[in-house]
Amino acid sequence: MEVIVCVKRVPMVGGRIVLTPDGQRIDTKLLGFTVSPHEECAVEEAVRLVEANGGAVTVLTLGPPEAEEQLRDAVALGASKCVLLETGEREFGPIATAEAIVAAVRERGGYDLLLFGNEAADTGDFQVGIRVAHMLGLPVATGIKSLEVDPGSRRAKARRQYRGAEELFELPLPAVVTVKEGINLPRYPSLPGRIRAKKAAVETSTPVWRDDGLSKRELSLPEVERRHAEVLGQGKEAVPALVSVLESIGLLT
Amino acid sequence: MRVLLTIEHDVDGVLDSSLRAATLARELSGSEGEVVGCLFARGPVAEPVAEPVAAALGEQGISRCFTVELPYAPVAWARSLAAIGAELGADAVVAAATDRGNEVMAHLGAITGYPMAANCFACEEGETAATGVMSLLVTRQRWAGSLVESANLAADRLLLTVATDAVQPVPSDLGRPAELVVFDPPLEEGDADIVAIESQEESGGVSLASARVVVSGGRGVGSPEGFAVLEELASLLGGAVGVSRAVTSLGWRPHSEQVGQTGTRVTPDLYMACGISGAIQHLAGCQSAKTMIAINTDGDAPIMTRADYAVIGDVGEVLPALVEAIKARS
Ligand SMILES: Cc1cc2nc3c(=O)[nH]c(=O)nc-3n(C[C@H](O)[C@H](O)[C@H](O)COP(=O)(O)OP(=O)(O)OC[C@H]3O[C@@H](n4cnc5c(N)ncnc54)[C@H](O)[C@@H]3O)c2cc1C
Repeated sequence: MEVIVCVKRVPMVGGRIVLTPDGQRIDTKLLGFTVSPHEECAVEEAVRLVEANGGAVTVLTLGPPEAEEQLRDAVALGASKCVLLETGEREFGPIATAEAIVAAVRERGGYDLLLFGNEAADTGDFQVGIRVAHMLGLPVATGIKSLEVDPGSRRAKARRQYRGAEELFELPLPAVVTVKEGINLPRYPSLPGRIRAKKAAVETSTPVWRDDGLSKRELSLPEVERRHAEVLGQGKEAVPALVSVLESIGLLT
Repeated sequence: MRVLLTIEHDVDGVLDSSLRAATLARELSGSEGEVVGCLFARGPVAEPVAEPVAAALGEQGISRCFTVELPYAPVAWARSLAAIGAELGADAVVAAATDRGNEVMAHLGAITGYPMAANCFACEEGETAATGVMSLLVTRQRWAGSLVESANLAADRLLLTVATDAVQPVPSDLGRPAELVVFDPPLEEGDADIVAIESQEESGGVSLASARVVVSGGRGVGSPEGFAVLEELASLLGGAVGVSRAVTSLGWRPHSEQVGQTGTRVTPDLYMACGISGAIQHLAGCQSAKTMIAINTDGDAPIMTRADYAVIGDVGEVLPALVEAIKARS
């Protein structure tokens, strides 16, 4: 079973976002980087499939040279090959991203499954996996929370939740599946994994940026009401005040 | 401009998210324009659903709505929208940014080759180029609403989804119900191959997404056992237990309870954040709560700038005392 997993490097934003003065980027001077939890789960799912069925996991990212870090993180969890589609300053839109991934995937060939996160953590475009599937003429299921692959019949069963009920999709392989956090609980990297990660070779190519019709002009912070919480008290002493609040909003009568 | 709007509904009628999307669709269509609906259903759209649906659409200024008889096959839905859009000469196709809305619009983008802007909440028409390519300035959510992007969408046909938590529905009553028109989509081979097989079973208990009270715990709860008192409080208040990602990553609680960007979005009357620092990805899932109470040992935690009330203290001390106090009342 050959699985390709696509991930995206994003800043590990915590309590608040700080933008660069030109409003083009998140100021990442003080931040580490990661991938979306959906993508961490996609990597874990790929590794489990290969552990059960043999084969290899290739991890692919489109991003700056530094995104090598995220490829190596995936190797530490069990991926074995790394592909970096190196971008420059300009942000690739969703169509351009899908085109670059398709070109790289076509060149490699020989895959059974392409896994993505359901949506990237930062841009939240909700479409790269679907566009890749159409460009490659493959079936696709999105937002998947449970995946069963039968290598014999070369079919997959993919399940997700929709408004409290379960939906099942059956797909022939090769297929594209985008997953959501919760499909599994990702493992922590092992020591041998970390050593492999350091040594892993990264295949690099440089896709050409193009304007795909959706282009960022500026970023800004949403107008949220900044409140200053009214402190009801310290520890147990605050309980009577807490009870009064619950009464005032009608939860206790 | 003529706008085709995807309408989602359930047994109770049109979904609130579609009504909100209708508001932005009307704004986009302009005073001279028209919004035409398109609704998909497993069977014929008949009584008892047809009447409330037609009435709700009329109240949104929608005078006609196509109905397409299809199970949930995302490619087939998108193909139908493409066909109706072409027949109408629609300038834009819009859907609410629900799971299905985003998915179908992404397929439509892939089928037509046009760009698609997800999670928009405002838009303003730009200059149409000599080539006929339209331009739309959209304001959209990034990071699940923690960041705002203004972007340019340029295409022959504009495709966008509407962030349902950021647009208030403004009715524009026509005074009469929408006319429902059956449309038979020209599907291509394979369009309906990938189709949702739905199971009807609903999970038991108070659903997190619709709970009026959510008692949420983070890393500060300290252990899986520490959640017993949160469960007790939630049941006393008729609510559900929520958790932060720190808690699911540690394996203390299932991911189905996670609130936030990659978990569930909740909109309760009361959100109690217990031992949760208030990372933007967590707040993205709970900031529409009417009232938020934080219990945290750290008076400077980011959650303090979003909560209405705070108790500075140890969850393990405050919550048992609160449960005792509530029980003592009855
Ligand atoms: C792309 C992306 C998506 C994400 N999606 C989500 C998501 O959907 N949901 C989510 O929750 N997170 C999400 N995260 C993770 C998020 O950034 C935070 O890491 C996470 O929310 C932190 O959880 P926490 O507040 O429980 O833990 P911490 O940040 O460690 O905070 C623990 C808090 O508990 C307090 N505390 C400690 N002991 C006690 C005590 N005894 N009594 C009271 N208070 C105490 C501390 O003062 C602190 O404020 C995402 C991250 C990324 C990068």
